[in-house]
Amino acid sequence: MTPAADPGHDGGPSASALGAMLGQRLLHGILLLLLLSLLSFALAELAPGDVVSQLELDPSVSRQTIDQLRARYALDRPWLERYGSWWRSLLRGDLGYSLSYHLPVRQLVLPRLCNTLVLTLSASLMAWFLALLLGGLAAWYRGGWIDRWVLTGNSVLLATPDLLLAVLALWLAARSGWFPLADLTSLDAPSWPLWRRLADRLWHLILPATTLALAVLPTLLAHVRRALVEASDAPFVEAARGHGVGEWRLFRRYALRSAANPLVTLLGFTLATLMSGSLIVEWILGWPGLGPLLLHAVLARDTHLVIAGALLSAAFLLLGNLLADLLLWHLDPRLRHPVPVGPRHRSP
Amino acid sequence: MTAARKRRLGWALSCLGVLYGWVLLAPVLAPYDVDDQDRGFPYAPPMALHFKHPQNGWQLRPWVYPLQPVPGTYDQYEVDRQRPTELHFWVLREDGRRPIITTASEATVSEAAVSEAAASEAAVSEAQAYEITPPEVKVHLLGTDGFGRDLFSRLLFAGRTSLLAGLLAALLSLALGTAVGAIAGYAGGWVDALLMRGCELLTALPWLYLLLAVRAFLPLDVAPEAALVGTLVLIACLGWAVPARLIRGAVASVRQRDFVRVAAGFGASHGALLWRHILPHVSGLIVVQLWLAVPRFILAEVTLSFLGLGMAEPYASLGTLLADGVRQQAFLTYPWLLSPALALILTILSYHQMANVHEQRARPIAL
Repeated sequence: MTPAADPGHDGGPSASALGAMLGQRLLHGILLLLLLSLLSFALAELAPGDVVSQLELDPSVSRQTIDQLRARYALDRPWLERYGSWWRSLLRGDLGYSLSYHLPVRQLVLPRLCNTLVLTLSASLMAWFLALLLGGLAAWYRGGWIDRWVLTGNSVLLATPDLLLAVLALWLAARSGWFPLADLTSLDAPSWPLWRRLADRLWHLILPATTLALAVLPTLLAHVRRALVEASDAPFVEAARGHGVGEWRLFRRYALRSAANPLVTLLGFTLATLMSGSLIVEWILGWPGLGPLLLHAVLARDTHLVIAGALLSAAFLLLGNLLADLLLWHLDPRLRHPVPVGPRHRSP
Repeated sequence: MTAARKRRLGWALSCLGVLYGWVLLAPVLAPYDVDDQDRGFPYAPPMALHFKHPQNGWQLRPWVYPLQPVPGTYDQYEVDRQRPTELHFWVLREDGRRPIITTASEATVSEAAVSEAAASEAAVSEAQAYEITPPEVKVHLLGTDGFGRDLFSRLLFAGRTSLLAGLLAALLSLALGTAVGAIAGYAGGWVDALLMRGCELLTALPWLYLLLAVRAFLPLDVAPEAALVGTLVLIACLGWAVPARLIRGAVASVRQRDFVRVAAGFGASHGALLWRHILPHVSGLIVVQLWLAVPRFILAEVTLSFLGLGMAEPYASLGTLLADGVRQQAFLTYPWLLSPALALILTILSYHQMANVHEQRARPIAL
């Protein structure tokens, strides 16, 4: 990239560069969702069987009834036509109709999506808090006993799949009786005062959220530690220490800040892991999120529901990445005022 | 390589060697077949190995007390202290198998075993020797599941499915990823853009959602063998995007190096440039990716099987074993049903150690 072509070079945080980045990201995202929906429709067409094919095994259901059902659900039309009508309804905000639950997909998916969001966000917060705390301690006391214990624990946790973490959580809950299992609230919650309902919600949330947080913690922790170690080795931190800047301030203002860039990029990446992990945790611990719904939809061959679930999770991921980019833009001055980089010369 | 790293490599390699050796020899080693049911022994607990014989005192050969179902109960057993049964290792049995462990009452063929059994029989008190031959004693090192199937045998067979499926899927997807990444990084331009958009499409979804969404459109009721192959190919086809991106980046940067330009100037063909000059420089990265990919793919297969979308009965995978244990929270009452979890963790830990050691070695080469 030559300096002349660099839009951010001529002074000041350039709104145009930000706009260009946002626009490109959005365009990419929309294209991606389009392609995904097209692919899933095509795959659904290629696959043998549909939502009615279970009925064909039942001898008491006549051929006519099945054909009528197919016609009623428009399953006998060519798939491109169905794809077109799916898009038309999507533009009206309608995600389709679930043929296995006999409910509009939106009505089914939205509360589930909210639950998944609550779970992933709280788990994410918890995981980042723990990662920064433990990773910071390990990096600061590098080579000491804290570091060794954190690293050992981390590699064991890394090798423990989220599946097993969830099973362990289930075991803990069942054995100790400290945590409720399944569902969002207690049965008689609606009659309780507000504060008690909130506390009840939180109580139901703690176990799944902790499990999910522990599932993503090891990757985060390893990255945080490495970024902080690299940052605290940097010459400017040495220089600041030489100037007599206190250790806490050194950590917070210097090391943590310069480590922010890779960590915020990581924030976007962990969303994917969080979503996958949440599917398992929701399934095992009975949290009514998007995951179990999607699994039921897969087993019931409920095309619209599967596609909606897949697209929503993709959209959520894209949005998360976009937010991470914006945050990075805000945090890292090097992005706002890029230093022109010429072609690298290795030898004269 | 430092001594500590060498030691870690040794540990990880020997762990993997033992694990893969056992599961590869599962059909020979396992005491019982994967679907050998013993309906009289549901949820039998693991048997304890004893080394101190009531009459002979301490001995090297371990023996077990057989279990007797308590009449009138479903899953209660009492230890039959009257019939200590010695264990034999790697002796040929009537069914033509040479299991890793078997009881004296089952080991009949080998001569040494017969004489040893006779010797031990002589030691048992006379009153017992004249009794009617008691039923065959089976050894369950890790207990049994709800159908009375030996968990240790099933673990060996399940490990074979999961560990091999993960390895094969990882090799397949890495080959695919290397090809795509190398071509994209080498060619650049629109080829690069097109292939990388494809990668983004695959990484835009959380992989489990992607796996489920694609699995949704594959038939559900297929033969178990087809299910295994299908699962394997599916995981591999969805997993190549991450290594492809990394390899593309490395290839693109190596491609700019002077020695590559020189080779190109001397008229090396594209294939020779890639194969002889660029790929050797990326090989460290590829090896690390392999060590990282295998546990991921093992886990993918286990997860799919756990959710009931992978391997099917009567074949076992670590996922189906775990699902059996978790179903109706059986593992709370019968904790040995979770032993597959330990095997899984050990495998993944070994692979991570391998990746760790290789990563430290490969870093200066890769980029």
